Amino acid sequence: MVEASTNLESLAPPEELRRMTPVPKQSLGWLTDKLTAFNEGKTPLWWWILFLPAAFCAMVVLPCSLIYKISIGVGVWGNNMPVMWGWDIINFVWWVGVAHAGTLISAMLFLTRQHWRTVIGRAAEAMTVFSVMMAGLYPAVHIGREWMAWFMFPIPTYEDMWPQFRSPLMWDVFAVNTYLIISSTFWYMGLIPDLALMRDRSKTRVKKFLYGLFALGWTGSARQWHNYEKAYLVLSGLATLLVFTVSSIVGMDFATAQLAGWHETIFPFYFVAGAVCCGFGMILVLLIPLRKWCHLEDIITMAHIDKICKMTLMMSCIMMYIYLVEFFIAWYSGNPYDAWVFGHRMFGHQYWYGGWIMLIVNGSIPQLFWIRKVRQNVLIVFLIALALNIGMWWERFTIIVGSLYQDFLPANWGVYYPTWVDMAVYLGTLGAFFMLYLLFVRFLPMIPVSEVKGVSPEASLHRAANGSKGAKS
Amino acid sequence: MSETNYGMSAEFDSAADVLEAAKKVRDAGYRRWDVFSPFPIHGLDKVMALGNSKVGWFSFLFGAGAFIGTMLMIWYMNDYDYPIIIGGKPMFSEPMSVVPSYILLVLFAGLGTFIGMVALNQLPRHHHPLFAKKRFELVSRDKFFLVIGSNDPKFSETTTRKLLEELGGDHIEIVEDK
Repeated sequence: MVEASTNLESLAPPEELRRMTPVPKQSLGWLTDKLTAFNEGKTPLWWWILFLPAAFCAMVVLPCSLIYKISIGVGVWGNNMPVMWGWDIINFVWWVGVAHAGTLISAMLFLTRQHWRTVIGRAAEAMTVFSVMMAGLYPAVHIGREWMAWFMFPIPTYEDMWPQFRSPLMWDVFAVNTYLIISSTFWYMGLIPDLALMRDRSKTRVKKFLYGLFALGWTGSARQWHNYEKAYLVLSGLATLLVFTVSSIVGMDFATAQLAGWHETIFPFYFVAGAVCCGFGMILVLLIPLRKWCHLEDIITMAHIDKICKMTLMMSCIMMYIYLVEFFIAWYSGNPYDAWVFGHRMFGHQYWYGGWIMLIVNGSIPQLFWIRKVRQNVLIVFLIALALNIGMWWERFTIIVGSLYQDFLPANWGVYYPTWVDMAVYLGTLGAFFMLYLLFVRFLPMIPVSEVKGVSPEASLHRAANGSKGAKS
Repeated sequence: MSETNYGMSAEFDSAADVLEAAKKVRDAGYRRWDVFSPFPIHGLDKVMALGNSKVGWFSFLFGAGAFIGTMLMIWYMNDYDYPIIIGGKPMFSEPMSVVPSYILLVLFAGLGTFIGMVALNQLPRHHHPLFAKKRFELVSRDKFFLVIGSNDPKFSETTTRKLLEELGGDHIEIVEDK
């Protein structure tokens, strides 16, 4: 009998994979101390080593390059006559994409009652908020005359200067701004009970005042939780809608253009899938070092990494399918312009490598996640995730520049190279993103403490006691 | 002197204990009481007969208002006030105006939800009689408080204290209304 049971146990997945509720059976007090330890401890050296260069990029490189660009004009970028969308739009689409996985984890997995998402929900949502900020910057400076940006909003003036709502570019203005506001609201609302926790734990008056100010006087009463939970549920439903709309509208910006390589009905879905794929890469890139450096291996376990890897694998399979469908349709439609663009995507004399990076890095390398040994090796997972981020950037390059540089008439052909200003703006937004993320990790609990307590074994005691089934949190 | 008191608090160690205590407080006929916990305790809303939260109404009204309002706005701007022919497209049509209206529905419904949550919880409120108690800081950590308000018709310092003691509460104290 004893032997039989050990045999069965050896067949079961390892302990770490089975333990999907985040909590190693510990008391609520232990959890609280553990999850706030990083916020309350001394700032570690690695934080400064990462923060200072990021802050330099954000506070010096980004403003200088933007001021230079705004005062001289779009000409300082590499954009030219056939290639009118360059790094600015590539980076915009890339940053919006990074954002989407955050909302998918924090909102959609909440609605589908995936309790494992609890521990990484806030870190993912923070990624969303900061990357939408970076994304929104690009179209705003891309318009060329930034001082006329208010033309895009329905502001009543004597000359009746109204937005033109028939253009998807206009929808984009609303979509991206809505995304920023809603994801920030969702993120902030989730933070309120934990801000109250930080308020109650603060030792200094300044901290107590600041955490208390943003905690809005949260007491944790049953009536407050009652409204809070309902609001959280509704907000995650609304945020889930945005996962499907923001990138699809970005996709429509392309699909409405009469341009081979862009004019495709698959584009809205294509962009959503690409966005989520890229975002899962980014969340892995952020979480794998953080869980080690913040000593959260017990909380963000290998089981979480494993699940995110599987989701990445799924998205990568969808991406591969879409790539192949695009090539198939380019051939099957019999449209010579389409065939030209897609042929040159792989075998052109310029930018041919983009197409290969797309197929190999985004479509093929994540297939390694089928192997459990790969999913359990954090170093390999980290490298694949990093490669995926870069690969997804190249995918956008291939779609945008690859479709533009050879116009319908050979007289209009050109090439595109980014200038140092393009690179400086991108470096600046990367710096700003990581600076904000590091500040978030340092000053706010990156794991939602109250939510984790809600799914801990301690909280489930009463469920056994009164037999009510399931939990909402 | 119950006018100067906010109520009486008792401390419990687990969600299960406080839920049991809440049921008995309800059965004893108290009506103005509340439970404070580090995370939402499911089942407590039924014990307290809180019903369905009204937050959903805020979301619905804000969202519906935004959707209809945006439709009207687009019609007014692009069809009525200043029509411009662009690519032979109709001045106003549902498919194109649904998209921005839908986005603003999400925006306003989301903001409405947040406003609803804050308003229904009577936040922001940075002063609360319970904040004066040092031990109340533990409620965001691992303690569970049950507070019976002094404005409850059945509240009396002796019998309420007796009930809370029977329920197994620790640190039973009067909460002063400062």
